[in-house]
Formats: sequence, C-alpha cells, structure tokens
Amino acid sequence: MAGETGSRSMVRAEGLNLYYDKLHALKDVDMEVPKNSVLSLIGPSGCGKSTFLRTINRMNDLIPGVRVQGKVEVDGSDIYDPSCDVIDLRRKVGMVFQKPNPFPMSVYDNVAYGPRVHGIKDRAELDSIVEKSLKDAALWDEIKDRLKKPALGISGGQQQRLCIARTLAVEPDVILMDEPTSALDPISTGKIEELIDELKKRYTIIIVTHNMQQAGRISDRTAFFLLGQVIEEGPTYDIFHRPADKRTEDYITGRFG
Amino acid sequence: MASLTLFPKAGNKASAEKRTERIIKGGLMLCALLSVLVVLLITVMVFKEAWPAIKQQGLLNMITGTSWKPTAAKPRFGLLPMIAGSFAVTALALLIGVPVGLATAIYGAELATVRVAPLVGRMAGILAGIPSVVYGFFGLMVIVPAVRLLGGTGMGVLSAGVVLAMMILPTVISVSEAAIRAVPGEYREASLAMGATKWQTIWHVVIPAAKSGIMASVVLAIGRAVGETMAVILVAGNIPVIPKGLLSATRTLTVNIALEMGYVRPGSLHYSALFAAAAVLFAFIMLINLSVRMITRGGSR
Repeated sequence: MAGETGSRSMVRAEGLNLYYDKLHALKDVDMEVPKNSVLSLIGPSGCGKSTFLRTINRMNDLIPGVRVQGKVEVDGSDIYDPSCDVIDLRRKVGMVFQKPNPFPMSVYDNVAYGPRVHGIKDRAELDSIVEKSLKDAALWDEIKDRLKKPALGISGGQQQRLCIARTLAVEPDVILMDEPTSALDPISTGKIEELIDELKKRYTIIIVTHNMQQAGRISDRTAFFLLGQVIEEGPTYDIFHRPADKRTEDYITGRFG
Repeated sequence: MASLTLFPKAGNKASAEKRTERIIKGGLMLCALLSVLVVLLITVMVFKEAWPAIKQQGLLNMITGTSWKPTAAKPRFGLLPMIAGSFAVTALALLIGVPVGLATAIYGAELATVRVAPLVGRMAGILAGIPSVVYGFFGLMVIVPAVRLLGGTGMGVLSAGVVLAMMILPTVISVSEAAIRAVPGEYREASLAMGATKWQTIWHVVIPAAKSGIMASVVLAIGRAVGETMAVILVAGNIPVIPKGLLSATRTLTVNIALEMGYVRPGSLHYSALFAAAAVLFAFIMLINLSVRMITRGGSR
C-alpha cells in the first residue's frame, strides 16, 4: 500500500529481525515513515513496539546479547552498516523517554547539554539555541525567568517538555518518543500532543503509545504490533475505522491488550 | 496498633505482639544511644586530660609552637610540626589515592564488563582487610628503599603518603563506586541518545550526579589517613620537625601519641600534652566532616 516512496521516507525498515539472546523480539518488520509525519506504534505490552523504536537510534546496542538482522535506513543511509557512526546517528535521531529524565542540573544546562557535547562553546550561540529550543518546545514563556533553577524542581509536564527542548537543541531530523505522556496528567498530556502537532512540520516523529485516543488524535499513520510482528500499518483513520485484520480490530476495540 | 484492627480476634496475642515490638524498639534505641554515649565519653575524656597542658601552655602556643621537647629541663610542647606532618602525609595520600581510586570506581561501575566488574569490588574488599601494620611493613620493605633512591633515608613524607594512598584506596573505590552505580540509568540513556559519547556521559552527567557520594568517600579517606598510626610509624621517620620537602622525615599527631604514650608518666604535663595532640586531631576531623557536609549539601540543591 505504501509502495516505494523512495526519497520521501525518512525512516525505512526492511526485513528487520531482532533477538535478545534466544528471544525473537522483532519478526520481519517492514516499515516506511514519510518525512514530516507522525507514526504511532500501538500494541500490547511486550509486543516489540519499544524495541522497534530503539532500533532506529540504536539504543538497543546498549543491551548485552542483542542481535539485529535486516535493514534500517534513516534518511537513506543504512544505520546498521559498519561504517555508520552511532554518535552521528543519534544526533539525527533524538529520543524522548517515558519518564521525564532531565539531568540534575539547571534548566539552561539541560538544554545546552547536547550542543555542548557536540562542541559548541560560544556563550551567545548557546543562549540562542537554548531560547529557540525552549520556544519550540512551548516552554519558554513559562520558564524564561528560571533558566538557572534546577530542572528537577519544575513540574513533571514541564520536565517532559524540557526533555523535548533538550532533544530539539541537537537539531535532529527524527524524534522518537517512548510513551512520552504516560507519566503525565491530562493537561500536560494535552500540551505535549499540541506540541507534537506543531513539531511534525519540521520533524519526523515516531511515537509509542498505549493510549488509543492519543494515537488517533496525533498521528498520520499507525502501526499495530503483536508478538514482534507488524500486523497492520496504514493511515491512522483506516486502522481505527476499518482495520483489515481481525486482531487489530480486537485490540483497538479493547477485546484484549 | 495496626495489628489490633487487622486481626480483631487475636486479642491477647496481639497485645503480646505489641509488647514484643516495644521491647525490640527499646533495645534498638538503647544500642543507638550507646554509640552516642561512647562518642560523648571519648570527647569528654580527651578534652579533660588535655586541659592541664592547654591551660598551662596556652592553646595558641601549643598549636603554633614549633618545638616539641617534652623531656627537656624546660619542656616545650609545640604541636605545629606534628600538625604539619599530619597535613602533609594526608594531602599527599589524597593527591595520589583519590584520582586512582575514583578512576578505579569509574572503571568498575561504568566500563568494566559484567565478568570483570565484581573483581574490582572484591579487590577493594581485600585491600580493606589487610591490617595496617602489614601496609607499614610493605612500605618499609618496598616503598622506603625505592624512595631512598631519590636521596635521604627513604623514610618521610613521600613514603608515608604513598603507603596511606594505598590504604585509602578501598574506601574511595567502594564508596565512590556505590555512588556511581546509584545514578539512575535514565540519565545515561538521555545523554547517549543525544549523541554524547560514553566518556562525555560519564564525565558530564554521571560524575556530577554522584558528586555527594564521591565527596563522602573523600571525607572517609581523610579520616582514615589522618587517623592512621601503625603504618605511618614504620615509614615516616618520626622526627618532630616541620617537613621541608617530600623526602624529609616527619611525625604525625597520631604517631606522636603512640610513640610517647608508652613511657610517659600518667598525670604529668607531658601526658596531658599528648592528649592535647589528640584533641587537636579530634577537632580537625570534626571540622573536615562539617565542612564537607556543607559542601555536599550545597551541591545537591
């Protein structure tokens, strides 16, 4: 259905298999994520959606005993090719985690962390990156007077937007989000969802969510994972209104999950 | 109390349980009080015994006095050489021991493979279990001859500092390693996911997050180094003069007490002056504890 979109797809997986030692966690996953779109990954716990997310910035490399077969491309280059530099990859593919995880340092230093480790030392340049990133994360107005305050002292919702700002400061092309609102209250969740809608104009976003309504609200496409396989992938409206597979229908209507 | 409402039928049994709870609580509290009492008793005893010398000589005179001649016709009890000695060997021990210990802790907690990592902790444990006189003996047989190649007798600040550096290693390693391991994995993940290297992550995120634990390890190390006696006696040369360099002989406060307490007449001024040395040591340790606690508290905010 998606066909060969060629250069239009930002992330592409082909025949992707992943093993944790003997456990076959991803089975022949094929996926195309168009540029500047939002893809939701849904499915019951342990279905492989987070694992798939973490193959895209190679965070799975950190787990001992992981083996990856097949192909994953980001912006046209094979990220599991031995010539791929993981550091460069992770600059291109940012990640926001389930639990807000700002560093125990000031708000400013959190946002400036990425640019600093990538070699930017000029104070004025850092200032402008921090301001721009916080503005893009819809946090600037709330936090501009508290840049020197510890990041752990702001609210959970603000912390998560700070983590998004921190990711934006590195200027990625793709942003991976692993259940970014599951630890937040509904109002904070709403703000993050609005933000995602804004961010997709400039970034390609892949988000894991357990919240069906959220997937429906924010994503252009949705993929349903079950037991390591992609059961169905397509435009979000179609997945929720006329799923092709019985298992997808059972899941989204709440018959299991 | 909760057990009463949870098991309404248990009546007698519950009240018996309640009494047992009270007895256990009381017993534990008694033990806790005991250690407080011991600290108080030691403090009182040390300062009481030190008082005659301090009163007679004057505290400032003792601390700034450069001459220690307890048995001369006109005895002098200047502690400055010993204060300088304790300071010099401790500083040198920290200068060598803390970087090495911290590096070992970082290696053990962050970089070593799953198979090697436990060995680091185990080695630190073995080091901690070696009696201090054995360290002193090792210093005498290995370090002192090596230092002698640089000139002098080989006994002095450098030898004592090196031996003490080895002795504080297990403290620095085990406490720092625990602090580094306690840093939440999410911080590392967040840093790595932004394209930071492993070392950047360790240096800019993990170490700062573990700062207060690392500081605690340094305080404990200071306590160990300042208080160490036996190993230092064997390698420091023990001459009560202010050390002029790394190779000159030195005597620490603890060594001063240990060397002379054996032949001093109880109740004499000399005896009291030794307690004054202990009191100074005591005050130093308190000061260090206090200042570092303030530093770490400021840092964690």
